[in-house]
Amino acid sequence: MAQGLRLLSHMLEDSRCQTPPMSTPSTVSSEKLRSTFRWMLLARTLEDRIASLYRAGGSIVGGVYLGRGQEAFSGALGACLSKKDGDIFGGLIRDMSGRLAFGEPLLDPVRAYLGSAAGPMRGRDGNIHRGRPQEGLPAMISHLGALVSVVTGMLLARRLQGKATCVGATSIGDGATSTGSFHEAVNMAAVEGLPLVVAVANNQYAYSTPTDRQYACENLVDRARGYGIQGYVVDGTDLRACLETFTEAVAAARATGKPQMVVGKLLRLAGHGEHDDASYVDPALREEPSGRDPIDVATAYFDGMEVRKWQEEALKQVAEAIAKAQNEAGPDAGHEPWLALASEHLVEGRRL
Amino acid sequence: MSTTYLAAIREAQAVALREDPNVFIYGQDIGKFGGAFKATKGLIDEFPNRVMDAPISEDAMVGLAIGAAIEGMRPIVEMQFADFSSIGFNQIINQAATHYWRTGVPCPITLRLPSGGTAGSGPFHSQSMEALYAHYPGLVVVTPATVEDAYSMLLESIQLDDPVIFCEHKLLYYHLKADRLPTVNLPVGKARIARSGRHATVVTYSAMLHESLKAAAMLAEDGFHVEVVDLRSVKPIDTDTILGSVARTGRLLAVGEAFPWGGVTAEVLSRVVSEGFDLLDCPPIRLNAKDTPIPYHPNLWKAHRPTADSIYAALSELVRK
Ligand SMILES: Cc1ncc(C[n+]2csc(CCOP(=O)(O)OP(=O)(O)O)c2C)c(N)n1
Ligand SMILES: [Mg+2]
Repeated sequence: MAQGLRLLSHMLEDSRCQTPPMSTPSTVSSEKLRSTFRWMLLARTLEDRIASLYRAGGSIVGGVYLGRGQEAFSGALGACLSKKDGDIFGGLIRDMSGRLAFGEPLLDPVRAYLGSAAGPMRGRDGNIHRGRPQEGLPAMISHLGALVSVVTGMLLARRLQGKATCVGATSIGDGATSTGSFHEAVNMAAVEGLPLVVAVANNQYAYSTPTDRQYACENLVDRARGYGIQGYVVDGTDLRACLETFTEAVAAARATGKPQMVVGKLLRLAGHGEHDDASYVDPALREEPSGRDPIDVATAYFDGMEVRKWQEEALKQVAEAIAKAQNEAGPDAGHEPWLALASEHLVEGRRL
Repeated sequence: MSTTYLAAIREAQAVALREDPNVFIYGQDIGKFGGAFKATKGLIDEFPNRVMDAPISEDAMVGLAIGAAIEGMRPIVEMQFADFSSIGFNQIINQAATHYWRTGVPCPITLRLPSGGTAGSGPFHSQSMEALYAHYPGLVVVTPATVEDAYSMLLESIQLDDPVIFCEHKLLYYHLKADRLPTVNLPVGKARIARSGRHATVVTYSAMLHESLKAAAMLAEDGFHVEVVDLRSVKPIDTDTILGSVARTGRLLAVGEAFPWGGVTAEVLSRVVSEGFDLLDCPPIRLNAKDTPIPYHPNLWKAHRPTADSIYAALSELVRK
């Protein structure tokens, strides 16, 4: 009951802050809308495929964590950044869509999930714990909140190296906003004056825990005021709204060099991981606007024939990537150098 | 009816909650959901006010437990994975560990750490952190390897007036079984001879006990009888039982799943060498994980940690020295 009331008050709060009403002309080009939607479709197609491989057993290494329900919010953020201009995207657990939109090669997640040694993590790490730090894609660790300060540090380096207009973004779940790391890092970015965009994906659950055991403020965006930074609220299920908000937030970060916090309201449309049936999720939440499937919402923006064509292309791309990675060997322990130091001469037990 | 290691942990908490109104449990997803591993399944139904879901705030979770303990409560904190206890490290080693010594007021908290490696879990869901915590004065660190120990040592940990780091091994949760839970057992601080022998001693703990027992069985087929000592608690460490065994066998291998630098196996060797050098017939050896983070891919993971085969290989050499 208390939970129901909370949600209602959130909705009111959300509708008050909602970014531009449909009547004003959108700041988002139809080309941007289309290309981002295609990244969403690719992410969903890939994750559906990974999930079914996981259920079938035998080919997926480790656990599977899906971004189902968050493709619009994540993809819009990735699409508003520019990898080639040195922007940074610190993707987290549910950012398949954003990572792909930012420029992560499709083969990276496929190889990570299938345990191919050819992937960027070489079998040493896997699934969502992947990245290309040298290309603006830092590799998350599991410890929640830990990436926010790392992206902040990457931005500090950019500034020191004379690239002050680069923006760094990272996402965080409602649950992970309870970490000290999150608080310390956002505060630090604000104090230091760095162009950090923090995308808070409020999917209403942290594993099984609803948000009323996570925070007691009215809306997470209220925290932005406490940090002295700009806050935005957006309907995280609506691609157009997400693109509008992130376009604005990224531009503001770039122009002012200050952190921005975007809170998206949505629902995790999967288990915490594929091992989890999520039976604890209140089914009524699916009926709320925030429980909409962002793919369905965005599909309505396009011609059905076109969407079907894009879907087929996504299926083909995914099938090709999986077929390729499935033919690649896993890591070979016999050839593993077991080196954890870049300074090889300092590795114990090693004679060079 | 048989009980698993995991069920024993759940049952010990149920008993503690029932017997002492000062006991409560705090941790992420431990209420209605019953915990990531179901170690608190159903407990909230019987004790709705004393099983509480925590925010993702390990530092504050430990701090809260310390505060409650100062006021006479006996909190149990479940870390979702041992690896995440690093976020609570400051509160554990600086606040909890020093509290009794500084103020004379004890700090009876029990931190449950789902520890150790399982295939495909990677560098952040596999760690063994016992050595880190054992390094600090003021903490008790236990590493049960059997269903019976999981039960009795958890109950005893909750009753102890000190902070206890309870390292429960995830690999043992489901497949380790016992017919019944013990009513009496060895206390915390006492090691146990898990298998007797006269040709060599293996000192080990937690999941590595089972790898070591397998290796000992393999050696028995070669005609060598290996004694296996289960430390049960790594701090305090039962030096007497270790020395007693080495006195019988003259040969020592210490096996641990944790990283090789320092740690429990190094402590075992240093104690035997400094207090029982004359008991040794040949140099003692250690076997640990490799000196890299814990790999995600099972191909690498299997080679990273000691196994029955690598223990057997080490022992085969040791008994022939
Ligand atoms: C510091 C830390 N504590 C606990 C965990 C275990 N854990 C992994 S994901 C998760 C829930 C995260 O919820 P949220 O931040 O809302 O993100 P979501 O999964 O909903 O995307 C938890 C508790 C962790 N990874 N890190
Ligand atoms: Mg969440």
